[in-house]
This record gives sequence, C-alpha cells and structure tokens, in this order.
Amino acid sequence: MSYLSAANMTGGYGKADILHDCTLTVEKGEIAVIVGPNGAGKSTAMKAVFGMLNLREGRVTLDGSDITALSPQDRVKKGMGFVPQVNNVFPTMSVEENLEMGAFIRNDDFKVTMEQVFTLFPILKDKRRQNAGELSGGQRQQVAVGRALMTQPKLLMLDEPTAGVSPIVMDELFDRIIEVARTGISILMVEQNARQALEIADKGYVLVQGENKYTDTGKALLADPDVRRTFLGG
Amino acid sequence: MEFLNALVAITNYVIIPATAYGAQLALGALGVTLVYSILRFSNFAHGDTMAFGTGVVILITWGFQAMGISFGPLPTALLALPFGIVVTSALMLGTDKVVYQYYRKVKAAPVVMVMVSVGVMFIMNALTRFLIGVDQINFADGARFVINARQWREMTGMSEPLTLRSTQVITVVTAILVVWALFWFLGRTRTGKSMRAFSDNEDLALLSGIDPNRVVAVTWIITGALATIAGTLYGLDKSFKAFTYFQLLLPIFASAIVGGIGNPVGAIAGGFVISFSEVGLTYAWKKVVTYLIPNWEPDGLVQLLSTDYKYAVSFTILILVLIFKPTGLFKGKIV
Ligand SMILES: Nc1ncnc2c1ncn2[C@@H]1O[C@H](COP(=O)(O)OP(=O)(O)O)[C@@H](O)[C@H]1O
Ligand SMILES: [Mg+2]
Repeated sequence: MSYLSAANMTGGYGKADILHDCTLTVEKGEIAVIVGPNGAGKSTAMKAVFGMLNLREGRVTLDGSDITALSPQDRVKKGMGFVPQVNNVFPTMSVEENLEMGAFIRNDDFKVTMEQVFTLFPILKDKRRQNAGELSGGQRQQVAVGRALMTQPKLLMLDEPTAGVSPIVMDELFDRIIEVARTGISILMVEQNARQALEIADKGYVLVQGENKYTDTGKALLADPDVRRTFLGG
Repeated sequence: MEFLNALVAITNYVIIPATAYGAQLALGALGVTLVYSILRFSNFAHGDTMAFGTGVVILITWGFQAMGISFGPLPTALLALPFGIVVTSALMLGTDKVVYQYYRKVKAAPVVMVMVSVGVMFIMNALTRFLIGVDQINFADGARFVINARQWREMTGMSEPLTLRSTQVITVVTAILVVWALFWFLGRTRTGKSMRAFSDNEDLALLSGIDPNRVVAVTWIITGALATIAGTLYGLDKSFKAFTYFQLLLPIFASAIVGGIGNPVGAIAGGFVISFSEVGLTYAWKKVVTYLIPNWEPDGLVQLLSTDYKYAVSFTILILVLIFKPTGLFKGKIV
C-alpha cells in the first residue's frame, strides 16, 4: 500500500461537492504533483487530505493507518506537514519565531532541525530576526516551507509553493524541494507551473472539476499528446 | 524667572496629571487591544471589568485595614491588588465559559461578539453595584505626597507651587513594570509567542498545533489582570465610582484606536495622546499665559473646553482618526 493514500474523496465546503471520487497516493520519498486548471479543486483536495474539509466519502491512510477521522493538528503529530497556498506565515513574527511556532508541538530540542532548515535555505539565517511579512515573496515561501519542516514531517504537502515568484527563484525552490525529497520525505505538491513540476514529479495527477482526469508518471504525462494539448499549451 | 514659573505651572497642572492619567489609559487600552487582536472583537465590557476588579480590590483593602495590615507609606490597595487580579481573572474565565465560548463555537461575526460584550457589560455593571454600591469611594491610604507644596517652596524658593502625589508616582512605576512584563511575556515566552501567532494567523496557528483554548484562557487572565491594575491605579489617583469607569470606556477605546487597535505599542502611545489632549484642552491656561506674555491680563480663563466636556475630546479624536487614518498611528489591524 502507498505511504499516503487518499482514496475516493468526495465532498466540499457546503452543500455542493467540489471533489468527486478523487484519489491521490504518494509513495515513500516520492514527489507527487497535482496540476490542473484554476478552480479544479486542487487546493480543496489538499485540504481534504489534511483533514480541513468534511469528506462525505473516501478514506485517508498514512503509512497503513486510517487517519480519516483525525483533526489537522493530530495529522501533524502523525508526521504530516502542510504549507497552505495563501497566508502561510505569521507576518508580524520574525523568521526564527515562525520556525519556532512550526515546532510548537515538539517537546524535544528543535535547534538541530532549525539549523537544517537554515542549511537548506541559507537566506533565512541572515533574515532570522526580520519579520516574515517584510520578506520578498520567494523568501516568504521559504519561511513557509521551513515552518512545515520544523515538525520533521514524513509527508510534506505544498500548495503552489512557487506562486508569484520569479522564474529563477522558482527553479531554486524546485531544487530545494528535490533536496527535501532526497532525505526520504514524501512530497505532495500542487503546481501552476505544470511543465516544470511534472519534470521533477515521480507521479502526476491532472485534476479537472474535482475528478482525476489523468494519472501517470510525470514523464508519461509530459509525453501524452492529450495532456500536452489541453494543459501544457502544446 | 517668569518662564520658569510657566514651566512649573505646566508641569504641575498638565504634564504630571496627564502622564499619570495616560499610564492608566494605556493599561486599559492594552486590555482592549489584546482582546481585539486575539479574540477578534471590541470588548465593551472592559470599563466595567475595571470597575469590578477595583471593587474587589477595595473590599480586600478594607479587610486588610480592619485586620490592621498596612503597606507602610504605600497604599494598602497594592497589597490587595494580587487578590483582586485572581478574582477578576476567574470571573473572566467564567464569563468566557458561560458566554463567549458558545459564540466562538458558532463562529459568530465580530459585530455579534461586540453586542454580546455589551450584554456582559450590563451584567458586570450590576454585579459591581451589588458588590460595592454606587457611591464615590476614596481608598488611597499611606503617604499622600512625594513632594508637597511647602517642600517645593523650601526646595526651590519658587512661588509657583508644584506637587507630586504618591499615587501619581505609583501609577507610572506600576505601569512601566506591567508593560515591561507584558512585552517580555509576549516576546520571549513560548505561550506569549503562541498568542501572537494566534493573533497573526489563526488557521496557521491551529495547523501548527497551538491549542486555541489555552490561548483564549491566557488572554482572559491577562485581560483581567490589566483591567484590575488599570482600575485600581485610576481609583487610587482619583477616586472610585462605578459609573466613572463605565465612562472611561470612551477614552480607552479612543487610545487603542488612535494607536492602532491590535497593536500593544500603539495602545500605550494612544493612551498618552488622549490624556495629554484631554488635560491640555481642558486646562485653564490663564496663569501660564500671564507668565509668558507680560503686561497682558486675559479676560477669560483661556480654557478651550470646560472639564465637563472632557469626553468630547476623546470622541473628536476618535472620529478624526477613524476618518483620516483608520489604522491608527502604529499600523494596527483594519477596524
Ligand atoms: N473556502 C471555500 N468555501 C467555499 N468554496 C470554496 C472555498 N475555497 C474554494 N472554493 C470553491 O471550490 C472550488 C475549487 O477551488 P480550489 O480548490 O481553490 O481550486 P484550485 O486550487 O484548483 O484553483 C472553486 O469553485 C472555489 O470557488
Ligand atoms: Mg489553489
């Protein structure tokens, strides 16, 4: 069984369902990418996996154990980390405090983890005393990812981590994400930059109107003429 | 010499009283701002919370006095203060359990929460009157002056009097200690930081595993403490009367909003802006003018506003700020 399996998810925010029988799985140490048009329900699917949505149907398991009924906080304790698409830092708190808050549920010494985050994102070490709200978009995303890494998650979920950053910063962030995956952390990521994201993806999901439209390896999706024409612009 | 006399008069009638009053407003505004930024509503019950807390402190003070316990030159009320804080904070926690918790659970809109706090205000108001009555009470004991008029004359030989009352010094010293402790708590401790995180971004705080119930409880405890301290200092400096505390709500909200509601530094700055405006505009400047401009005896008192209208000052400043700079001097949350 896959490390994370979110199977047959159906549900939404109110009466109308946004997700229809949507299934996402991620293997250990693998990068899985969700792409799809705006409003397809990608963020909604992420929230569903993280327990921030009441699912009408479906089942989420992590490392074999059923977590469908767990609250987001309890999922954090089980080893999941989530970087939301928006509002993903504490703006009037310093970079260091943001990381500290990321480690809030830990009772052990998290200094080592913080150093690891600083090694991964050296700029954060220079800006550790600056408020997260004063940083550039790319730096803020690094804070957001760093905050989620502070609990030493085994599965890291990223919703559009490269939204609103320059192409150079985007490449840089992708490199860092690959680095994180190499340490054995599974990654489930939503991306607008579909082509670049599928290039680094072990597995890709194309989501349309809350349904799985295409599911394959990143390479296969990039090579699929239908996917290319409809979602990758030729 | 005339200039020095003018300076002494300003210090005596404006700077010293406004500084003490400003410190009291600042502590009150800190309580309002804390509730606003963490629980996300304007707490109209804060003035009556101050009255309740002070009422409890007065009762305990009387108890101590009856037992013959005193604090030397300092007011006995300072000894009673910690007990008053415990009782008031307990009442805050109880009120939250019985009232506010439900409205949080149903995710009531901030304006609904404000109305709820108005209801709480009426209850607290009644509770305070049951507890200690409606009359004016002076409960300051201990030494009255740090510098009295005679000492000042002997010290300086100046004819223009200056007095410094002990309650004014106690107010300012206590306020400095309390503000220092509060900022240390919010900036250095894990619980304090988690409260700031909760205020900054509630959803992310929850995702980070911060316990909202704990944040809310600690917020109410601190609010109870700030209200009791502010109310006791005000009562020592002036006198206690339940209705006056209800009226204080206006300058306190004006302070919080002028400074930028939700911003603790702003609450403090706002307190002094309001107090200096209020005292400055209601002071009769005749004496100072006479010192500064020789050979001119003004006809009136050179008083811009009668003291009866002092609340109009807060009100006007409040309106001006809301029209021209709704985020306040220090950027607070958008109201
Ligand atoms: N908090 C919400 N409450 C109600 N509807 C929402 C909410 N967030 C998103 N939606 C709706 O759900 C659908 C999918 O949105 P979303 O998951 O954000 O799409 P994507 O991330 O793929 O762009 C959209 O129709 C959107 O309007
Ligand atoms: Mg989205």
